[in-house]
Amino acid sequence: MTVAAELELKSFVLLRLGERRFAVAAGQIAELVAPSRVFRFPHRTPKIEGVLLRRGRMIPVCDVAESLVGKRLTERRLYLIAVRTYGAKTEWVALPVTGECELINAELMAASASDEPHVAGWLSHGGDVIEVLNLNALTPGSEEISGSAPSQQSLEVQP
Amino acid sequence: MRLALPAKPTPLRAEQIILFRISGQVFAISSASIQEVRSADGLTGGTTELNVPDIRKVREALRRGDKSHFIVNGAAHFGLAASPGMLVFVLRRTRTALLIDAIEKMTTMTRLQALPLSFCHEERRWYRGLTALDQAVVPVVHPDGFLTQEEIQLLDAALPPLESSLEDAPPETQLPQ
Repeated sequence: MTVAAELELKSFVLLRLGERRFAVAAGQIAELVAPSRVFRFPHRTPKIEGVLLRRGRMIPVCDVAESLVGKRLTERRLYLIAVRTYGAKTEWVALPVTGECELINAELMAASASDEPHVAGWLSHGGDVIEVLNLNALTPGSEEISGSAPSQQSLEVQP
Repeated sequence: MRLALPAKPTPLRAEQIILFRISGQVFAISSASIQEVRSADGLTGGTTELNVPDIRKVREALRRGDKSHFIVNGAAHFGLAASPGMLVFVLRRTRTALLIDAIEKMTTMTRLQALPLSFCHEERRWYRGLTALDQAVVPVVHPDGFLTQEEIQLLDAALPPLESSLEDAPPETQLPQ
C-alpha cells in the first residue's frame, strides 16, 4: 500500500481570490466558465449580485470574496460553478474567482470548533495551508428565507 | 467528473406578459393579473392621500366603488432610484395598484424558472420567478408580492371613511382577461 493511499487523499479544486487560495471539494464543482454578463435585478440578499444565463439556466452569482478576503473583487477572470445544497435540493451557484483553478489531491484535515463556520477543513499544498470551504455556510440560502415563498404551484401558468 | 444536473425549468404553456420599466429596470407581469392600466396624471382627484410612516411606498389609495387599491410606488418598493411614475397598473384580485414608469411591450413567455434558492429574503415574495427573453433575464413579479397582509391592514386603518363622490373616476384602459 502506498503512502498516498494510507492518507486517503481526496480531490479538491483550488481557487484564487486576490492573493489568497481556497479549496472546494471537487465533487461540489460543476464547471469553470469564462466571465459572462451578470443580469441584475432588485433583491435584498447580501452577497448575491445577480444571475448568469448559462444554457438556459439562471445561476445566481455569489461574491464570497468580501467574506473571505475582506474586500470585493475588482478583477474576475472566471466563474466557478459549484453545487450548493438546500436540504434535499441542490442548485448551482457561480463564484467569481480571480485566477486559474487547479485540481489537486490532498488529505483533508478536519476543522476544529474554533474555526469559522465556512471552514469545512484544511489541506496542505505547495507549502501553504489552505481553507477548504463549506459552501452551505458561505453562501446565502433558504434557511434564511424571510416570509413565505411562493410555492412551486404558483409557478404554473394560469390560463 | 459529472454531477447530477439541478432540476431544469419546467416548460410551460405560453403565458402573455407585459414588460414594464421602473427606474431603468425591466420587469414582467402576467397580463392576466392586470385589471386596468391608467395614466398617473389621470388619477388626480380620484385618489385619497395616505400617510402611514411605516409604509412610505404607498402615498395614495385609488377608490373604486367600495374597494380601495393602494398605489405602491414601484421604485420605492424595489429600492430603486426615485422616478416619476407615469402609469398605474391596477392589479386583479389584489388591493394593489402599481406605479410604474412605462410599458415596454407585451410578449409571451414559455418558461419560468423558480427564483434560485440563494435568493432568500423579500424577493421571494416579490417574484414568481425569472424568465429569459431575448438573451436577457427578466424577473416576473408576483401581483400579491407588493403588500403584506399586515401592511394592508395598516393602510386600511389609515383610510378615511368612504365618500360617494369618488365614483366619477377618469377614463381607463380595461384589459381583457
